[in-house]
Amino acid sequence: MLNEELKAKITELLPAATFDEGGEWLNINIEPKDWLPLAQQLRNDNSLFFDYLFCLTCIDWKTHLTMVYHLSSTQHRHNIVVKSKLDRNNPEIETVAHIWKTAEFHEREVYEMFGVNFLHHPDLRLLILPDGWEGKNPLRKDFEDPINMIKL
Amino acid sequence: MFEEVGTTIDGDMIINVGPQHPATHGVLHLVITLNGETIKKVEPHLGFIHRSIEKMCESLSYRQFIYVTSRMDYLSAHINNHACALCVEKGLQVEIPPRAQVIRVLMDELTRIASHELWWGAMAMDLGAFTPFFHAFRERESINDIMEETCGARLTMNYMVPGGVMQDLHPNFQKRTKEFLQLYKRKIHEYDELVTGNIIFQNRMKNVGYLSAEDAVSYGCSGPAARGSGVSCDIRKIYPYEIYDKLEFDEVLETAGDSFARYMIRIREMQQSIRIIEQLIDNIPEGDFQTKTKAVLKLPKGEFYTRVETARGELGVYIVSEGGTTPYRIKFRSPGFSNLSVLDHIARGSKLGDLVAMMGTLDLVIPDIDR
Amino acid sequence: MDVTQQTTKGDFPGQIHETPGGGIVLSKLDDVINWARSNSLWPLTFATSCCGIEYMAVAGAKYDFSRFGFEVARATPRQADVIIIAGTIVNKMAPVLKRLYDQMADPKYVIAMGACAISGGPFFYNTYSVVKGADHVIPVDVYVAGCPPRPEALLHALIKLQEKIKSGLTREQIRKDKE
Repeated sequence: MLNEELKAKITELLPAATFDEGGEWLNINIEPKDWLPLAQQLRNDNSLFFDYLFCLTCIDWKTHLTMVYHLSSTQHRHNIVVKSKLDRNNPEIETVAHIWKTAEFHEREVYEMFGVNFLHHPDLRLLILPDGWEGKNPLRKDFEDPINMIKL
Repeated sequence: MFEEVGTTIDGDMIINVGPQHPATHGVLHLVITLNGETIKKVEPHLGFIHRSIEKMCESLSYRQFIYVTSRMDYLSAHINNHACALCVEKGLQVEIPPRAQVIRVLMDELTRIASHELWWGAMAMDLGAFTPFFHAFRERESINDIMEETCGARLTMNYMVPGGVMQDLHPNFQKRTKEFLQLYKRKIHEYDELVTGNIIFQNRMKNVGYLSAEDAVSYGCSGPAARGSGVSCDIRKIYPYEIYDKLEFDEVLETAGDSFARYMIRIREMQQSIRIIEQLIDNIPEGDFQTKTKAVLKLPKGEFYTRVETARGELGVYIVSEGGTTPYRIKFRSPGFSNLSVLDHIARGSKLGDLVAMMGTLDLVIPDIDR
Repeated sequence: MDVTQQTTKGDFPGQIHETPGGGIVLSKLDDVINWARSNSLWPLTFATSCCGIEYMAVAGAKYDFSRFGFEVARATPRQADVIIIAGTIVNKMAPVLKRLYDQMADPKYVIAMGACAISGGPFFYNTYSVVKGADHVIPVDVYVAGCPPRPEALLHALIKLQEKIKSGLTREQIRKDKE
């Protein structure tokens, strides 16, 4: 399906979504509370059938955080990007680990690097950082570590 | 941090494999819950080689960060550099000359053969045979010599730059590659009989570690690990980049889903890479090897994503730029991260000795996972 | 401290007198023990990242290190003599490295291979998790430069370590002499 058709279909499913043009893939901006129902529909609807979540990450704009999900379909070969703005002081969003199982590891990584709390995640704890690094979110822009980091 | 050897209430034993272990291909710590010799749960602990590459790249310029990425998945170093160069070129919107495109594809395919050779040697060594290791390294040395003449280094060659390649091919490149291919086509039959036809290897790999197609897609597997279950996911065929859409080669698929299928896919991929190199080696177009770009690169404001097919699966490079000379955020979607998450799912119920065969056929390189 | 001036390159240390009915060998026991130790060092298989591949290439057939006596690469530290730190050491791995070094039996030697093990290498600036040099964790005898070092450079380092042992100037031996 082309970007125009995808845009029409997504507006049907979720009228509150806004779109960004300009990239090669359609970018959809949604509220965090709408993410879980939209994710289930993206996965189960036969004409969309986004069954392959290939990138899950977070970006720290200094006033807020943005979650970015890249989805693809193995049958129809179309791709979209879903973005959602989170509040910086209390970032929370629903987990999608029961829909796409790859999200389990990816969400753990975003939890430890940015501090985003994923509600109802089966096992949310540190993955890559050593013990004792809970709460220090290294990939945030205001992370300071005078002992370990030597600045150029 | 380390769970010591102990027993739980039902008599299960918890043991550690790694971090320092000859069979884990890097520093991976697995905490395995066993009942006798049957595995009940495998939990990977990562982070023993986490070098904070994503944070470091936020302070390096667009020409500098490529050098760090060749140390991420060091066995397909050219392909990693290729992905980063493609992403920067997408942002700058420059065209690459045809000679540079052909050189890049040739180097990629030679790297793929070298990576699969080392995988083959190391996996046979894990299953107990020492001879294939020496054969594999002999072939790898020939490829390393060819690359060293042109690129200057054996392992972390930083040859791809935004705009093309760093310098032209050495005059001996064509002759040496053709000699290597002549020798290699005879040897690959020998290796097939030595390891693939061996009854012990077949019994250790058939029906071990079954992965179904739906699970492969749900867990985000890519590369030979997913193609072994019948999922068609070769980026070179589906979303072609450079000149892959003009070349003739097959995407190798198997439907059995066990370790032996993943093994056979990599052996056949080596043969397909030979086919690609043969189509290109006599037809390298003349011309420039690099388009002129400015010395200090600045990407416009926006987000750019590129996907390439490394020897392990799909690598994604995601650059978010604010218009400056350094990236605002870089994310590397590494193939090993998702391939490792499937290990717990396929290892339940098998024996401890089968775990080595499964890890070998998933082809994990740990610095790629930890970044 | 010049390690090469005191070594007899490759020869048996001492004097061999040919007498009818056999021969007489005159030497210092220390020299004979050092000569025997340096010619059969068993490395521990410890490779964290890219330098590990060059280490495996040195073990391969083209640059063969078993002609120097390093053939038997043991996986367990209890049976190994030398630990070749090939790769970056990060904060999470440092206690593991210390534990492995403590488990090795005396006399033990350490080679730091590659730029990452010497000083943090390319990961020196702006990283929060890399130990800037393996010698913050364990004492090192020989440093090999390169990223990754060529196999010939690693062989040069192994020969240098052998010369150091024969001349009695490794950290182990200096420490023992002071006691």
